Amino acid sequence: MSVEARPAMRAPPHPLREFWSSFSANHGAVAGLATIAILLFVAVFAEVLAPHSPYLTDSTAFLKPPFWQEGGSLAYPLGTDAIGRDILSRLIHGARLSLSIGISVVAISLVLGIALGLVAAFSRGVVDFAIMRLMDIILTLPSLLLALSIVAILGPGLMNAMLAVTVVVLPHYVRITRATVIGELPKDYVTASRTVGARTMRLMFVVVLPNCAAPLIVQASLGVSTAILDAAALGFLGLGAQPPSPEWGTMLADAREFVLRAWWVVTFPGLAILIAVLAFNLLGDGLRDALDPKLKR
Amino acid sequence: MLRFIFTRVSLLIPTFIGITLMVFLLIRLIPGDPIETLAGERGIDPARHAQLRAAYGFDKPVIVQYGLYIGRVLQGDLGKSVITHEPVISEFASLFPATIELGLCAVIFAVGLGLPAGIVAAVRRNSIFDHGIMGVSLAGYSMPIFWWGLLLILLFSVQLGITPVSGRIAVQYFIEPTTGFLLVDTLLSDEKGAFASALSHLALPTIVLGTVPLAVIARMTRSAMLEVLGEDYIRTARAKGLSPLRVISLHALRNALIPVVTVIGLQVGVLFTGAILTETIFSWPGVGKWLIEAINRRDYPVLQGGALLIGTLVMTVNIIVDLLYGLINPRIRHARPGGGGR
Amino acid sequence: MAAVQTTGSQMKIRFDRLAAATALALALTASVNAKTLVYCSEGSPENFYPAINTTGTSFDANSQVYSRLVDFERGTTNVVPGLAERWEISPDGLVYTFHLRKGVKWHNHRANYKPTRDFNADDIIFSIERQWKPENPYFKVTSENHSYFIDMGMPKLLKTVEKLDDYTVRITLNAPEAPFLSDFAMEYAGIISKEYADAMLKAGTPERVDQDPVGTGPFYLLQYVKDSVVRYKAFPQYWGGKAKIDDLIFSITPDASVRWAKLQKGECHVMPYPNPADLPAMRKDPNVTVLEQPGLNVGYLAYNTQKKPFDDKRVRQALNMGINKKAIVDAVFLGSGVPATNPIPPTIWSYNGDIKDYPYDVDAAKKMLAAAGYPNGFETDLWAMPVQRPYNPNARRIAELMQADLAKLGVKANIVSYEWGEYRKRAQQGEHQTAQLGWTGDNGDPDNFLQVLLGCEASKPGGSNIAKWCNKDFEALTLEAKRVSDQAKRTELYKKAQVIFHEEAPWFVVAHSVQYKPVRKEVVDFKLSPFGRHTFYGVDMK
Repeated sequence: MSVEARPAMRAPPHPLREFWSSFSANHGAVAGLATIAILLFVAVFAEVLAPHSPYLTDSTAFLKPPFWQEGGSLAYPLGTDAIGRDILSRLIHGARLSLSIGISVVAISLVLGIALGLVAAFSRGVVDFAIMRLMDIILTLPSLLLALSIVAILGPGLMNAMLAVTVVVLPHYVRITRATVIGELPKDYVTASRTVGARTMRLMFVVVLPNCAAPLIVQASLGVSTAILDAAALGFLGLGAQPPSPEWGTMLADAREFVLRAWWVVTFPGLAILIAVLAFNLLGDGLRDALDPKLKR
Repeated sequence: MLRFIFTRVSLLIPTFIGITLMVFLLIRLIPGDPIETLAGERGIDPARHAQLRAAYGFDKPVIVQYGLYIGRVLQGDLGKSVITHEPVISEFASLFPATIELGLCAVIFAVGLGLPAGIVAAVRRNSIFDHGIMGVSLAGYSMPIFWWGLLLILLFSVQLGITPVSGRIAVQYFIEPTTGFLLVDTLLSDEKGAFASALSHLALPTIVLGTVPLAVIARMTRSAMLEVLGEDYIRTARAKGLSPLRVISLHALRNALIPVVTVIGLQVGVLFTGAILTETIFSWPGVGKWLIEAINRRDYPVLQGGALLIGTLVMTVNIIVDLLYGLINPRIRHARPGGGGR
Repeated sequence: MAAVQTTGSQMKIRFDRLAAATALALALTASVNAKTLVYCSEGSPENFYPAINTTGTSFDANSQVYSRLVDFERGTTNVVPGLAERWEISPDGLVYTFHLRKGVKWHNHRANYKPTRDFNADDIIFSIERQWKPENPYFKVTSENHSYFIDMGMPKLLKTVEKLDDYTVRITLNAPEAPFLSDFAMEYAGIISKEYADAMLKAGTPERVDQDPVGTGPFYLLQYVKDSVVRYKAFPQYWGGKAKIDDLIFSITPDASVRWAKLQKGECHVMPYPNPADLPAMRKDPNVTVLEQPGLNVGYLAYNTQKKPFDDKRVRQALNMGINKKAIVDAVFLGSGVPATNPIPPTIWSYNGDIKDYPYDVDAAKKMLAAAGYPNGFETDLWAMPVQRPYNPNARRIAELMQADLAKLGVKANIVSYEWGEYRKRAQQGEHQTAQLGWTGDNGDPDNFLQVLLGCEASKPGGSNIAKWCNKDFEALTLEAKRVSDQAKRTELYKKAQVIFHEEAPWFVVAHSVQYKPVRKEVVDFKLSPFGRHTFYGVDMK
């Protein structure tokens, strides 16, 4: 949450073992990591694990409740939706979508954010001003409003929703990179490299960037959860992934009209979102505690 | 000091121009024509279409449209809705109090619970309270609030039947919008039960909108308190034998509040994002729902004007928070402010 | 729900003073409790000037306030006298002479304006010219887009509108037009006060006329809070006699399941557009009656007959057999629709009941596809509207079901959607291979469906025949039926045309939706409107 507020943070290199011992002391973080591992497993082996196809409709089983309720059956453990599709299978396939959304959004915004942040920090002056103003503008508009407007232009769909979310989260990465780089630049090792005659590109990527990795890693792991959440919100408003895609937010949007009649079609997709987001937040918190010497006692 | 204020405020101008340009361009690029959207299955004949485009000024080159737009904005004219033909600014003004009322209640809810929770967690560090509070607040922070709202409706409105499902007040109460804030207006009116009705309508949306800020505030308070509690002067105060309560309330809390207040200020944008979803779920007649509708109906002027007003508002609040923070904490004056977080 | 005292004390005093004006009204208000009817409407009205509105939501809100020259009898499509007591039509059908009602009062509840005279011919002239003559000072006020006036062809049709005396108006047409009277019974033709308009123009606030309406209708507007509530009170001096209910409230509730929750709790008495999913529960509720009426509509999937592979009749027939219509109607309409066979709804005369729908038969469909040269299927797009329409509660969900059915034939269908205006435009251009759409009838004539949706003229790019289907025999039959006046003869022609439609299969006809209106038991004499509107004058409460 407040990583950016500490621009002058020093991140001395950690040996992996030291990192792991401090990370594994945090039970929440380990639980988060384990959950993510399970989600990844489910996502990769969705075809094998899901009892049905996520798109298969069964016209004899509309809105069947979960197995423990009267009228439910183990054929559809978590019940079926309005057109007779197995909710469990859709959730399993949805895990794949949500994880890919989270990871690709973070990957793209990390790459773009680092590039823009480095350019801003190294060039200063007009370029810096222009980049940072643009980032400020993006941050000024409420994130969902901006994402909605972008999706409205590009048209609803999974890819466009991902793009919109990427744009919305980009400023955080740019700001962190710029702030940490500016914090590093006056240091002796940078001055030394400069006097030896290292070129700017080398200075940027080889000398300075590795020393800014810690806050970026933390932001990235927290960023996955933001991306999953924002993409689901777009799906919920009908502007994200489009039906029949089993994206969790889209499933929720579809289920809304049955809120009074079939609690399960509303409850499970939301629970899946919550679990995934929580896991990445736990991981991010754990990473921050392990990588941030200030909070370590 | 004056220079600090000046530089911060002068940044408003390029940001403002940037927002208008962005909002303007974004909306021009949207596929789908508002005039076509209004027509039903029958469609609209080309001659009339052209005439209407001209009437709304959609036929001019984009750059001219932008110039005209800025000119009007500076005169306080944000255009008229294509759907209702009402001035955007008056629609905004009539709906904004509902959003503010909801937002304020959510902030009060979040601060009222988040602050004490954070303090308890910090003081009882690593206790079961700490873990419990932090666990719950992390869950709150991770909550998809659009689902949270539906769950609360399922539980409190459908199962238990104790809260209304949507709206701001039961229809039998006839309240003149004097201030626009129903909690105030109902107290001013002589209708019995109206205040209770307004309050019960507000309960669930407040919880839903307040959940994420609550979690953020609890977490922020805790870490700020921990930082302060580790400072030398607190140790000194403790060593002097001051009671723990006194140490916490007088010394630690006062210093820990500075970053917490800043975080609350920076939550304005986050709150608005939440308001869009909350208002959609609860049919709350505020500006968030209004903007979603505008997007769906291709109501260009409303989307433009609304986004501009909200962007400007969030920006102004951020700058004020920034300035206050700079005033309280001189160290920050030369560094750049942090971002808003989620 | 108990009848509720809705007014502040000041309002009540004013109301009582008004009520004292007529003995009838006095007698009515003497009863202890005011009768309040709450209608859970689905959205906010655009504004209170009917002439620039296009949505039923807006007409519902503003038609309570205004009266028209003539009216539709409640619950029917018959034209009955309104502000005009009677009228004469010249033998050539060109001249209409309206004799106006005398002593009709304008609403007099506004603080900034009190009417000094009764309704008269000037108001009629003003209301028409405001939409017709660009030089009228009010032509551009609020909006110059007088949609219905233009759509009904009035600018071309009207020759002169003259005041013969204070209570007689003569309208001359350029050509005879049989539905002219019906056109003037529509909401857009609501009559506005010229005196009020002049006063507001003088005050420099002409748009107030449309925000704070003053009409001669059964209810006057008390309060409108956008996205929350519209409040009306019965107008005691209404020319047709005071309404049986005293207060009318529109509680704006966009979410259908929420409307139902409110209706159950008694927070509202009438609700439109229920969720089909909630219908079984509604029928079980002892406090609720579900009124229903088949709608004048049809929903369909059109095959683009000018594009491969749908230029081949066998492919179209194969798909018609390969899609499980009953499953779609069950899952998506959930009882709020009936499976359709013909392009016109069964409520319209000349409906051909002898035609048997294509059976759902996957094997036969496969064979037919193979015969057409597609043994392994093919790939196609499948367009679905992004919005709910009266004839289709959820086009996306229907598309998903069709997609699953088509997959069984080896046909890979990709669901495509655009924003609504864009969608209709592109479909009319014929950019799709298959697309869902539908139609709601205007006047209940088969021609309004068959020529408009399937005629050759409409099959050109931009036309509303989105199957882009132009069949000579079908065209000849439907054109002939338009010329002859004998209904028996027309019926015969239209029945033949439907046989051709069935054989050629330009559409997969999905369903005709049924209009449902859950109404609480305490509501007396609420009538469904064939036009899907909501009229509350004449309704009473137990």
